[in-house]
Amino acid sequence: MCGIVGLLARTSEFREQLGQMLTPMLVCMGDRGPDSAGLAIFSSAIKPSLRQFSLFASQRGFDWLDLRDRLRRDTGEDADIETLENHAKLTTSVLPGKVRSWLAENFREIHLLAVGRSIELYKDEGHPSDIAARYRFSQLTGTHAVGHTRMATESAVTPAHAHPYTAGEDFCLVHNGSLSNPWSLRRMLEKRGIHFETDNDTEAACRYLEWRMSQGDTLEEALQKAFTELDGFYTLLMATADKMVLVRDAFACKPAIIAETTDYIAVSSEFRSLAHLPGIHQARLFEPVPEEIYSWNV
Amino acid sequence: MERLDLSHLSVRELNQYLHHELPKNGVEELEIVNPNGLHSIAVGLTVPVRIRVLGHAGYYLAGMNQQAEITVQGNVGWSVAENMMSGMVKVKGFASECAGASAHGGLLVVEGSASSRCGISMKGVDIVVGEDVGHMSAFMAQAGKLVICGNAGASLGDSLYEAVIYVRGAIHSLGADAREEPMAENDYCTVDELLAKAGINYSSKEFKRVASARTLYHWNAEAGQEY
Repeated sequence: MCGIVGLLARTSEFREQLGQMLTPMLVCMGDRGPDSAGLAIFSSAIKPSLRQFSLFASQRGFDWLDLRDRLRRDTGEDADIETLENHAKLTTSVLPGKVRSWLAENFREIHLLAVGRSIELYKDEGHPSDIAARYRFSQLTGTHAVGHTRMATESAVTPAHAHPYTAGEDFCLVHNGSLSNPWSLRRMLEKRGIHFETDNDTEAACRYLEWRMSQGDTLEEALQKAFTELDGFYTLLMATADKMVLVRDAFACKPAIIAETTDYIAVSSEFRSLAHLPGIHQARLFEPVPEEIYSWNV
Repeated sequence: MERLDLSHLSVRELNQYLHHELPKNGVEELEIVNPNGLHSIAVGLTVPVRIRVLGHAGYYLAGMNQQAEITVQGNVGWSVAENMMSGMVKVKGFASECAGASAHGGLLVVEGSASSRCGISMKGVDIVVGEDVGHMSAFMAQAGKLVICGNAGASLGDSLYEAVIYVRGAIHSLGADAREEPMAENDYCTVDELLAKAGINYSSKEFKRVASARTLYHWNAEAGQEY
């Protein structure tokens, strides 16, 4: 069992409250997933020449300023860093491939959680309420966000195994369920040079979809193929820079509920985590049906 | 009328009151407010009390119900009235999966749609759904009647035993061993009676009957993988 939550703001006022509204949703779903949690939040894109990198250090007190200074020195390009607990957001004009290899050479202990012009990602081990407080989720603002509370069933409990998973740029995925063919997907993708970071089944789904998109599919087209390729149980909630997308597998035994108002689209595993949202009793509430793609643009 | 507020009481406190205090004090009618999608509201009741739940409830509402009449002015989550023994549960909105799962008796009415696996393994309950049901509804249903006023999703009545299904709308597909059969006079009476009890106004003439072909009752080793 895991919990998934997502919220897309339809007004500028609601964007300012995104973290404040989403945090109780995530904390409530801590009942479905108490061992780790994560959140990806999207905001207006930064300049095309820049990328922001969400980084995680398992050791508290890691010297992030040293990392920034060494990146500046080694590349001759500018870099800024904002830090919070075990997390940092590095903004730089250094290309993503270069940052990735530079981190692997110089800071093997640093985990790259996400990269893009819009995405910022936090995930860690512990109860979702502790993680939400540690990373001040309620203060976050943005256009849309997806979150996850994990009860591990198939791989270890570590920050790296927490969701959301990312692949490529400005794409993330959270998953409630379990896949039965992640290893065959993984072997197929590894043959194509795609690198995996964990042994988690969700990572296979995430990298499969990103691979399809890198081949020219839209996310919706990639999901149509995923209905055939992914074997197992899943409710998947995904986000890109400009949309939030939800699907359930053919069996639909992992729950989801959608609430739609003029102010927001909210998605959760259970209605009770939406009960605090303004206007929820006037919202259009419905349950997503199997193998239907629900997509909302920012 | 007595009013219990779940923004002040926990579900455990509410249910303990309903189990232990209510039978003693003879209350016949009460309201539960602010259900806010909480699970297990009013489970395991054993007395003929009328309860109105004002708002959306979570999983297992009115599970194991005996005698009580419970109306929800909203939607419910998974497994409403699961294992109900008697009484009536009415949902004015929609119900999520497994509505009426394994229920032995009583009447479950969902005025909106019920999603997948509605009436799974039902054992004698009657269920009336005002709109559609999702896939695998009445899977392995053993006894009782499922009346669907809208359409039915894929694999309706898969591995059906002696429960009977009546469908007014279209059937996406029938499950293994389920078959459409002609309506007989007593079928029309049954449907009219259940619709009247549910307060839903359709004519039984619009319904078709689905029941078990009973070919799965005895294992046929020669059938190979045909099942």
